[in-house]
Amino acid sequence: MTTPPPDGLIVVAKADCPTCRLIEPLLTELADAGPLQVFVQDDSDYASTLPGTHYDDTLEHSWRLDTEFVPTLIRMEQGREVSRTYGWDKAEWRTISGLSGLGEALPVMRPGCGSKTLEPGIAERLELAFGDVRLSAREIDVSAEDDAIEACYARGWSDGLPVVPPTPVRVLRMLKGTSRDPQEVIGLMPPDLVSCTVEKVAINAVMAGCKPEYMPVLLAALEATLEDDFGLHGLICTTMFGSPMIMVNGPIAKAIGMNSGNNALGQGNRANATIGRALQLIIRNVGGGRPGEIDRATLGNPGKYSFCFAEAEDSEWLPLAQERGIAAGRSAVTVFPGEGVQGIIDQKSRDPDSLARSIAESLRAVDNVKLAMAGDAVLVVSPEHARIFIEAGWSKQQLRETLEQLLMAPGEKLIAGAGGMAEGIPEKFKGKQIPKFRPGGLLIVRAGGTAGLFSAIIAGWAASGPVGSSPVTREIT
Amino acid sequence: MNEHILLDPTAENAPAQRARLPRPDSLDNKVVGLLDISKPRGNVFLDRIEEQLTALGLTVKRYSKPTFTRPAPTELKQQMAAEVDVLVEGLAD
Repeated sequence: MTTPPPDGLIVVAKADCPTCRLIEPLLTELADAGPLQVFVQDDSDYASTLPGTHYDDTLEHSWRLDTEFVPTLIRMEQGREVSRTYGWDKAEWRTISGLSGLGEALPVMRPGCGSKTLEPGIAERLELAFGDVRLSAREIDVSAEDDAIEACYARGWSDGLPVVPPTPVRVLRMLKGTSRDPQEVIGLMPPDLVSCTVEKVAINAVMAGCKPEYMPVLLAALEATLEDDFGLHGLICTTMFGSPMIMVNGPIAKAIGMNSGNNALGQGNRANATIGRALQLIIRNVGGGRPGEIDRATLGNPGKYSFCFAEAEDSEWLPLAQERGIAAGRSAVTVFPGEGVQGIIDQKSRDPDSLARSIAESLRAVDNVKLAMAGDAVLVVSPEHARIFIEAGWSKQQLRETLEQLLMAPGEKLIAGAGGMAEGIPEKFKGKQIPKFRPGGLLIVRAGGTAGLFSAIIAGWAASGPVGSSPVTREIT
Repeated sequence: MNEHILLDPTAENAPAQRARLPRPDSLDNKVVGLLDISKPRGNVFLDRIEEQLTALGLTVKRYSKPTFTRPAPTELKQQMAAEVDVLVEGLAD
């Protein structure tokens, strides 16, 4: 590699830039006046008669000189840059070169072009080749295989859908989405209890199809699932249905284009789909939680591909994250051990009492109508249902308290054997009023399209609280 | 974009290159498949293998590809995978 001169001038140019061509004749004059090095980004023929011209085919010089535009003129003194200009600016070039008559025949000013170092895909490649960033994940050479996506399948890295091949360039680009060090350990990933670094998160985020700007949400969601209260290890291993579901609150949801409206719990939105999927791929690939192995789910649920949505926040109802202690205006994730979605259709209730009753009756189905305080649940209230409560002045908290009251049931109807069903709660609850959910076990969010008198239940893992999993909320930083 | 080098998304507990399945310690109670790729006289070789394996008391199943010029049809691969424990493929003439 040619070392730039400790004293003298440097010009970085591109042959296909008209301004660089415009100033090409001046380079001879500059070379006659003192030491000059010219780095040409795209063509060995530019200024080729000058001894100080180098074809910067790897772009290393251009990258090290932090070139954003061509032409760029730099004055070096004692190994340090003392002045710089870009494009053609007659006055600047004359000042920096010290040649008062330079370019007399040229116009006063001509803008330059973008440096080749900043073209899409090239910047990351140069940073990988010459920069300080060091990726430490093992490199897997799949050149013997004709399709990188198939190679990922063959290695067991996929959830069953195609993954984006995690090339170093893509991973570096993903890491731009966070200021955290790639080698920072987020935590021990169950079930194998392996250190999970930011870099591993980024690799799996690439595979899931995330954009870099989703990284803060994904990292917060992962950290939330790794909190002891969430009990991820058991959730991965259980024979039951649940798996981490992510609910997002705050300004970041809009900023990254998450869906909280029509089809909020369904497909079609990149952020919703890929953030949830990335978390599942981390569980699979870093943690080793694969179905049929440590993941012993009897049936599983479709949310184990991906389950992530944003709350459709309404000024009249406190958003979930704020109910759980996050300051207004801040973004947060709440993770919940969700099963699938059970719809509640009520197209006839027009007052809050009637609607609360029909929602409460529907919530009895969580786990089994004969079970109580087993699983938590998330109630997703659509805007049309929410409006009925809001217009009657009911807060979320009032709805929750009403539902809790309505869901109290006499123990004798729930005990094992009652109603001709062997399933049920222990005999000792006979004669007592039994709540359906443990305290704090019913979460309420508002989401969905503006048409449709429907709500939805997302049941949790039937091992809730300290014996299993509690929802965890974490601020996105 | 060069997709030849991928970064490992896993805990890196498994070898970078996929290992072949281990060879069985013995053929006792195994069903052995013999796949004829349909090149001339492959059957001569495989007939002799079948004689010897049968003499050892093993169960042998015979298969053949429609043509040696193409990979085995998916149905054939699935059938063999379902029916045998070990497969011997007779290559070349």
